[in-house]
Amino acid sequence: MRLGSGTFATCCVAIEVLGIAVFLRGFFPAPVRSSARAEHGAEPPAPEPSAGASSNWTTLPSPLFSKVVIVLIDALRDDFVFGSKGVKFMPYTTYLVEKGASHSFVAEAKPPTVTMPRIKALMTGSLPGFVDVVRNLNSPALLEDSQNSWKRIIFYGDETWVKLFPKHFAEYDGTTSFFVSDYTEVDNNVTRHLDKVLKRGDWDMLILHYLGLDHIGHISGPNSPLIGHKLSEMDSVLMKIHTSLQSKERETPLPNLLVLCGDHGMSETGSHGASSMEEVNTPLILISSAFERKPGDIRHPKHVQQTDVAATLAIALGLPIPKDSVGSLLFPVVEGRPMREQLRFLHLNTVQLSKLLQENVPSYEKDPGFEQFKMSERLHGNWIRLYLEEKHSEVLFNLGSKVLRQYLAALKTLSLSLSTQVAQYDMYSMMVGTVVVLEVLTLLLLSVPQALHRKAELEVPLSSPGFSLLFYLVILVLSAVHVIVCTSAESSCYFCGLSWLAAGGVMVLASALLCVIVSVLTNVLVGGNTSRKNPVHPSSRWSELDLLILLGTAGHVLSLGASSFVEEEHQTWYFLVNTLCLALSQETYRNYFLGDDSEPPCGLHVEQGLDGATPAWQDGSACDALERDKGHRSPSPSQVLRGHEKWMVLASPWLILACCRLLRSLNQTGVQWAHRPDLGHWLTSSDHKAELSVLAAISLLVVFVLVQRGCSSVSKAALALGLLGVYCYRAAIGSVQFPWRPASQDISKGIIEARFVYIFVLGILFTGTKDLLKSQVIAADFKLKTVGLWEIHSGLVLLAALLFRPHNLPVLAFSLLIQTLMTKFIWKPLRHDAAEITVMHYWFGQAFFYFQGNSNNIATVDISAGFVGLDTYVEIPAVLLTAFGTYAGPVLWASHLVYFLSSETRSSSALSHACFCYALICSIPVSTYIVLVTSLRYHLFIWSVFSPKLLYEGMHLLITAAVCVFFTAMDQTRLTQS
Amino acid sequence: MKDTDIKRLLYTHLLCIFSIILSVFIPSLFLENFSILETHLTWLCICSGFVTAVNLVLYLAVKPNTSSKRSSLSHKVTRFLKCCIYFLMSCFSFHVIFVLYGAPLIELALETFLFAVILSTFTTVPCLCLLGPNLKAWLRVFSRNGVTSIWENSLQMTTISSFVGAWLGALPIPLDWERPWQVWPISCTLGATFGYVAGLVVSPLWIYWNRKQLTYKNN
Repeated sequence: MRLGSGTFATCCVAIEVLGIAVFLRGFFPAPVRSSARAEHGAEPPAPEPSAGASSNWTTLPSPLFSKVVIVLIDALRDDFVFGSKGVKFMPYTTYLVEKGASHSFVAEAKPPTVTMPRIKALMTGSLPGFVDVVRNLNSPALLEDSQNSWKRIIFYGDETWVKLFPKHFAEYDGTTSFFVSDYTEVDNNVTRHLDKVLKRGDWDMLILHYLGLDHIGHISGPNSPLIGHKLSEMDSVLMKIHTSLQSKERETPLPNLLVLCGDHGMSETGSHGASSMEEVNTPLILISSAFERKPGDIRHPKHVQQTDVAATLAIALGLPIPKDSVGSLLFPVVEGRPMREQLRFLHLNTVQLSKLLQENVPSYEKDPGFEQFKMSERLHGNWIRLYLEEKHSEVLFNLGSKVLRQYLAALKTLSLSLSTQVAQYDMYSMMVGTVVVLEVLTLLLLSVPQALHRKAELEVPLSSPGFSLLFYLVILVLSAVHVIVCTSAESSCYFCGLSWLAAGGVMVLASALLCVIVSVLTNVLVGGNTSRKNPVHPSSRWSELDLLILLGTAGHVLSLGASSFVEEEHQTWYFLVNTLCLALSQETYRNYFLGDDSEPPCGLHVEQGLDGATPAWQDGSACDALERDKGHRSPSPSQVLRGHEKWMVLASPWLILACCRLLRSLNQTGVQWAHRPDLGHWLTSSDHKAELSVLAAISLLVVFVLVQRGCSSVSKAALALGLLGVYCYRAAIGSVQFPWRPASQDISKGIIEARFVYIFVLGILFTGTKDLLKSQVIAADFKLKTVGLWEIHSGLVLLAALLFRPHNLPVLAFSLLIQTLMTKFIWKPLRHDAAEITVMHYWFGQAFFYFQGNSNNIATVDISAGFVGLDTYVEIPAVLLTAFGTYAGPVLWASHLVYFLSSETRSSSALSHACFCYALICSIPVSTYIVLVTSLRYHLFIWSVFSPKLLYEGMHLLITAAVCVFFTAMDQTRLTQS
Repeated sequence: MKDTDIKRLLYTHLLCIFSIILSVFIPSLFLENFSILETHLTWLCICSGFVTAVNLVLYLAVKPNTSSKRSSLSHKVTRFLKCCIYFLMSCFSFHVIFVLYGAPLIELALETFLFAVILSTFTTVPCLCLLGPNLKAWLRVFSRNGVTSIWENSLQMTTISSFVGAWLGALPIPLDWERPWQVWPISCTLGATFGYVAGLVVSPLWIYWNRKQLTYKNN
């Protein structure tokens, strides 16, 4: 079957997406859960162990506290309470921590540090999987049983809770957390209920979730003065609740408990999601009159896990500990109780943990925690027997404290081994995914010579009968492996859980790919004999630029194996793009000065050796070929170009370098240098609103000037109005200002303005599509097609302008500027071939991904882009908008590539070459990366560094697939024309 | 081309390498607490001075280019001044390139500039010594098939290897090993130095190896 190389590449990328999906499903572990679900109903609590003697304690212990108030402050970092900020802004809390009846801890949150998984961890004690990040935006109802049963719970705060626990609250008022610019109203909505509720006594648990602090962090970072105000506000809320609880205490027999905690911290840039110390450490303060404290008793906050809260609260309320909880009881809470009760609580907790261990680990008996648990249970039984025989003695106390220590050690070990259990990989699914992806990559690599041939077509032996025997054999072997793996099932495996039809389909796909590879390989080997006689060896046409492209790609792929290079991937791309510019400048100099004897400019030529690392004079034959190559390349540009244009050609690589340097200082990203001051922070601080407004206006103007030249007059007008609308939208939400209305107080969500812009975006895209369709009908109209493609490009630019934060608008302007410069002065005069141009577009696209302020860290995804012009959270548009906003750089460069190659008439197959190259250059890193990640799966940084990057790579491949489909569609219209 | 030429080339290169080694050891006799990493800037100055001096001495002693036909004093002085200007300009343009590559603009400016100086020492100074302040000759040497003698051939190799060394030296900067040599610009200067030394060692050997194939227009 003959396929165009573009179509072939698109199919390959589509199959690769499937492979990656299977791999991701296997890589990200299913959370540890107990299989004993609802069917058992309320399981009777474990009775107290007693050696021989019969204990009278078989039911659950009674609650320790009558009312519990949980004040959860989003993004409360530990030093906001325990550090200097706490002393300054939270005097009451500091007093309670230092002198009051309280226990304070530093609770460590597990990454991903985003709100939804953290709430789950706090309330159910289970460790949510990494996949929950994706669901953070739209949280489904939580099935896990939490301690919220049987009690009357009132909740005010983040709506996520209501979605997580839809039936648990007797009364609630949810606030949306996505309008990040609002940080007063969200909290007032919570506090306004407080007086009324505290007066009433008809509840057992009150949960308050304050979002304001997190919003301030997102807007202006942890050092903003707004943080202080917010902390003082929180302090007064805490004081109000505490005094009210204390006054109530006289009426009830049991004391009350007040819990202050944060769900995650805040990094130095004000965001969260990753695993730096600032993001992971949150304060946890338990306040109750039950915690007696002698004067002078200084308690330093101990480090505990966030999952411990759920177990502690369950004990405190006299509820069964949630079955999926991996946390251990915070022992200081029960320290004041009699010894027998303390042991009872610890026993309940260890029994629950060991049950969870038994269900999740096949060889649980060998686990040290389990052994410790068995031993302490025995000791505990002995102690109970002694206790029932004689009441008070020194021996009893000593033995009791020994049992206690044993239990605490067992708890610690059990909790640890359960937490590591989360990092179990589903190797079978990962292998299946890897095999599919690697097969596709091999196929792509093998078909490079054929696909980049002038005809841009290749023979895909889909139905070669000679290999049918092999095909059936491979299927047979694969299904045998499948049956063996799935029946031996040591651990749960996603791929085995699939239906037979789906699994069989994947196996047929894998074996068909294998057969195709084998047949292509034989073709290449047989055909290689004939082509070797061909005198033109392909490598003889390589220039320094090609060498740089190859080495750069290889170097980047290899660098993905080191965690620091993944964290600082932007540096790799900036370095490569800079070197590319220098190589281009060297090429321009060679073309313009070696042909004719004009006076060279001074000073700038020295760097020519810097990149063209391997001078061709080492190889005589290569050198000759290059000379010939240059011979037929160079005369044309020097004839075409006149004086000033020649200077522009010489200067343009330097202009581009300067642009890149400016953009680089706009958003400081990565990890090591992320704390450095950058222009973006300077611009977004509230003092520099005027500068930001001027910059945004200038950038929008530049965007207009650069985009309008290729558009038809209708879309020109639409573009102008749209860009005006973008500015109005930013003014409406308060990030920029109009000169005539310097301090606008009324901040809205800007719904109308944003929708106004959307209309123009859709209008321009529609005009573009209409032009494309028309050009297809009127076959000869080539110009119309170019205009149509440019209109689609400009529609995307307008959408990006709407979604980008105002300080990022220069990125858009510079990207258009660089595209214009490259097109006019480099690609056209130097006549690079389609493959080189594609790779350059890809590199610039990657660099712009990071210029936007992205990084390989979940925290830098700008989710506010998904809420532009939307009243409430609507899943599909929000996800699409966020994805486009994040990948705007690569997408805009890809759409420019399509436009540029279609507007150049020199080669009919350029577009399909480009599509093939684009698919290849995107799939090389992702395929290598999944192999690297599989081999590094026990690396220390696998969850904090490598797996977010894996998510990014998967998403990037999806975007690439979409781009390739667009390419192929354009290519198809070309084919039907000719 | 004769073997004696290659031998002379080898000896001059060995002298250059020796000067670099001296720049590491001699200062520690006179200065307290001298080490390459801790007092890096001092070492940069000393190394640059040594290499320049050796290059000048070799230029005066060996005179590989016997092209200077007439030499009036004023001609010599203008030539020398021109050389100095060229050297300074190459320093500044290297500095600009480093900043474009991402070196901090204001802080560490002295370090960046000294890196530019040492890279110029390894690349521009030999060019100036050998070819003089003659940009056309430079362009000829650094284009394909432009070399006319083994001296120019080795000049090309050492220059390119210094550049490549400096380029490769930037690679370990983002790694989180927290070694003292990862600080800007130490890894790059060390990379450039190693590249230069490697070029000095390799080029005579390579020329010796390929002496049969190499033919120069003028020889």
